[in-house]
Amino acid sequence: MLLASLPLLGLPLAGAATTEAPTQEPGSSGEPPPGLALFRWQWHEVEAPYLVALWILVASLAKIVFHLSRKVTSLVPESCLLILLGLVLGGIVLAVAKKAEYQLEPGTFFLFLLPPIVLDSGYFMPSRLFFDNLGAILTYAVVGTLWNAFTTGAALWGLQQAGLVAPRVQASLLDFLLFGSLISAVDPVAVLAVFEEVHVNDTLFIIVFGESLLNDAVTVVLYKVCNSFVEMGSANVQAADYLKGVASLFVVSLGGAAVGLVFAFLLALTTRFTKRVRIIEPLLVFLLAYAAYLTAEMASLSAILAVTMCGLGCKKYVEANISHKSRTAVKYTMKTLASCAETVIFMLLGISAVDSSKWAWDSGLVLGTLFFILFFRALGVVLQTWVLNQFRLVPLDKIDQVVMSYGGLRGAVAFALVILLDRTKVPAKDYFVATTIVVVFFTVIVQGLTIKPLVKWLKVKRSEHHKPTLNQELHEHTFDHILAAVEDVVGHHGYHYWRDRWEQFDKKYLSQLLMRRSAYRIRDQIWDVYYRLNIRDAISFVDQGGHVLSSTGLTLPSMPSRNSVAETSVTNLLRESGSGACLDLQVIDTVRSVRDREDAAMHHLLCGGLYKPRRRYKASCSRHFISEDAQERQDKEIFQQNMKRRLESFKSTKHNICFNKSKPRPRKTGRKKKDGLANTEATNGKPLRDLGFQDTAAVILTVESEEEEESDSSETEKEDDEGIIFVARATSEVLQEGKVSGSLEVCPSPRIIPPSPTCAEKELPWKSGQGDLAVYVSSETTKIVPVDMQAGWNQSISSLESLASPPCTQAPTMSRLPPCPLAAEEPQPPFDLPYDPRPSFAFPPSLAKAGRSRSESSADIPQQQELQPLMGHEDRTHLSPRTANSHWCIQFNKGGRL
Amino acid sequence: DPKRCSCVYFEVDLNPTCRLLGGSASLLRLYHRFRALDRNKKGYLSRVDLQQIGALAVNPLGERIIDSFFPDGNLRVDFPGFVRVLAHFRPVDDDDSGMRDPKQPEPLNSRMNKLRFVFQLYDLDRDGKISRHEMLQVLRLMVGVQVTEEQLESITDRTVQEADEDGDGAVSFLEFTKSLEKMDIEQKMSIRILK
Repeated sequence: MLLASLPLLGLPLAGAATTEAPTQEPGSSGEPPPGLALFRWQWHEVEAPYLVALWILVASLAKIVFHLSRKVTSLVPESCLLILLGLVLGGIVLAVAKKAEYQLEPGTFFLFLLPPIVLDSGYFMPSRLFFDNLGAILTYAVVGTLWNAFTTGAALWGLQQAGLVAPRVQASLLDFLLFGSLISAVDPVAVLAVFEEVHVNDTLFIIVFGESLLNDAVTVVLYKVCNSFVEMGSANVQAADYLKGVASLFVVSLGGAAVGLVFAFLLALTTRFTKRVRIIEPLLVFLLAYAAYLTAEMASLSAILAVTMCGLGCKKYVEANISHKSRTAVKYTMKTLASCAETVIFMLLGISAVDSSKWAWDSGLVLGTLFFILFFRALGVVLQTWVLNQFRLVPLDKIDQVVMSYGGLRGAVAFALVILLDRTKVPAKDYFVATTIVVVFFTVIVQGLTIKPLVKWLKVKRSEHHKPTLNQELHEHTFDHILAAVEDVVGHHGYHYWRDRWEQFDKKYLSQLLMRRSAYRIRDQIWDVYYRLNIRDAISFVDQGGHVLSSTGLTLPSMPSRNSVAETSVTNLLRESGSGACLDLQVIDTVRSVRDREDAAMHHLLCGGLYKPRRRYKASCSRHFISEDAQERQDKEIFQQNMKRRLESFKSTKHNICFNKSKPRPRKTGRKKKDGLANTEATNGKPLRDLGFQDTAAVILTVESEEEEESDSSETEKEDDEGIIFVARATSEVLQEGKVSGSLEVCPSPRIIPPSPTCAEKELPWKSGQGDLAVYVSSETTKIVPVDMQAGWNQSISSLESLASPPCTQAPTMSRLPPCPLAAEEPQPPFDLPYDPRPSFAFPPSLAKAGRSRSESSADIPQQQELQPLMGHEDRTHLSPRTANSHWCIQFNKGGRL
Repeated sequence: DPKRCSCVYFEVDLNPTCRLLGGSASLLRLYHRFRALDRNKKGYLSRVDLQQIGALAVNPLGERIIDSFFPDGNLRVDFPGFVRVLAHFRPVDDDDSGMRDPKQPEPLNSRMNKLRFVFQLYDLDRDGKISRHEMLQVLRLMVGVQVTEEQLESITDRTVQEADEDGDGAVSFLEFTKSLEKMDIEQKMSIRILK
């Protein structure tokens, strides 16, 4: 078994592989199994899906390869390349397997490959444009297709009568008409593939493309009618049958459209109630659209028309009902499926052409068909356009007509239909197959290749994309209403009148029925444009990195001219003095005694407008806000701050973006605290000797990004089990908590949580900055503060810690502070640890007493045990800071080192 | 043919009116419509005559469009006046734009005149500017009731800001045309039957 399967692995093509598998498999399965097989090869069980997956994979890989070169894809349409690839692959398969294994099966094509493409084109059809040109589209689709079919069929028959087609092609007039009907239809897949790359103007595109979609009904009817006539034999066809044929045109087309609309209605209605099961929304879209296709197919109505109408009809309501994520999912899945199907179709077309057993060549027929389809297409377009232009506001000019004639590409639909012919009833089937293949290849490859240069050469108006503006949207609505009103006044019930009627009906009944109440508002078009513009603004902010705003609209506390309070505050003095050790105690004293209120104001200002990276960077290098390293980080934060403000200014978007008001803050403060502690304690540990090293350590900490810091701190945690551990722990915890909610950090508005002035703030000005100011004060001042002043300094440290400490502790230092220093400001529970029931925060009593350790969490119990004695010291430190100071600090210094 | 034009109406010389439209066929159509709207056969239309058109009543801009038929506080509009308003919506003919005598005033269906017609629908106080308040009123008509007043205000602000170039908080006619310069006004503000 294994041996038999080895060639399968070795062969590059699954197609070749399958040829061998069946021959070997029966023999091996006939024998009784020799025992428990260690390894069993079950190719046949997975063959079908495996091959499908492989084909798609090959097609996708080919697509990737094509797009590696921009030059190639800009010159050659992808469809051409795929067909050529198919030819090559088919040739390989043929060479290896000696017979053509694969071809485009009509069943597969109509049931699986075609629906996604049609759904995609129907769903994303610009409906306004489509209905604006509906008259022209319908004319070309119905009259044009009929014209093409009959003239081509009749002309080929004439050709045969004239003796230009070899007599071995046995075909009657009916046979030729049947062939004409299948070869005449412009193919949506081919048109889409080629025209999407050409970018002609919207009107031209929608006319050609709309025609290719809508002519399906005509093609189906013509094909079926002719086919049944052929099967009946021309002698048995009676007049009533012709009438039935005409009637079936209406049944098939209108029936197909009706099926599509019914399913569109169902789909829209269903999505109205998916609020709690958002996850199945995309699935519903595909399921119901596919159901529409199958239903129409089942009733032998026009399935393409059904899916087109379904997509066209449901889009407005579905898009309004489903969530934003579902919208994206629908869009991408649809595009993926359609592109996948298209790729496979073209590749299989190429592969199918290799199979020479299926076709027979006749030059007269092939050349005649090629000539006639081109000629009659052009003639038909010119004639119809002439008639249409009598009624069109904007006539289609000659260049448009050339492109329309030339853009009449034939494709896989024709091929699938010709394969479906019954050879016993249509003896010339093989000739028709060959001709169809040539026609399809000619139109897709030759016309597809040349249409781009042609469009360029003729200077066809290209589609121009300009950004939507609110004014345009508003005025367009105005125009619509004005035109409808003018038609009313003139008394002519034309297009604008009926469109207006429809819109009012839609607004009054349909939208009410099919849209969620909450979604109804959002789908107002003007509102929609407004919303999209805002989104675009936001995106452009990201692209610009917020530079524009950072230079204009910001209140930078660091700009002295902006704020006199900032100028006089201690932070500013620190900033001006830079990292040098020029700060003397006098300054601190002054600030402490005089500028309490200023500093409190400063605190609020900072909370609102200060950016972490800038501030931190300044601490190490004053005046230069932006360093290369911190750039990105700063941009992000500046952007966030800006967006807060902007988003607040249009609060109306609230229902789309949920504000996250409080969470990011604790994270910040937590971090600051940690740094503050690290700095202060580190510096305190070895007062003067190691200053240089510790200072740099602090700086490193501050400029690092969040993630790095986080990992850093966790590293610290692993390495040392003393002093600093709890600090790091607390930080990572807080960070994590911030992370959970951090995804919407953009949204929170800055003023929603005005930091309430705390008692600590009133007492000690540097606490007002929630510790972050104190960081610098402390790190700087330690350098100059005399050793005997360190007692006072330690007080500030301990009070700093109180920021991170629960208010309930009995530590004497705490008595300085009122029972609830900053807890009110911090919505996060972790800081209220003693009350926190979580087991991870259960401390040994001694630890719990030492207030500062409460932020230490579930670090290993042994560690805590080790720490206990130290904590005891800490406790004493609080009681009498002066005496126990050195010991206390050393502990922290150990931990604080990185 | 002016002869035909003058014969359908008996009080006024219709030659200039006829010139407003492309041909007598549409003039004849408008004349019949005018007679149909003029219920008491009084030879002119009053506001009420236009208000009775059912669909116009539900049109958000209906009242303003009726107003445009009665400029300068007039209470009645005669047939030439009626045609003059509707002539704005005649499709632009490529032929006559090239052959047009430069001395003659711009035809009513030129791009500028079409735009001016729309602009006047916005500019209620006729001060040549669409103020923020006027924009808000239009938007309220267009956007519908589902959007809150607050949201409407922000849309208005944005709309005005978008078009406002000189920063006076209002949209002048020049700014108005600029905001629409990419749009095919000739096509969007035309009705085929008036050809």
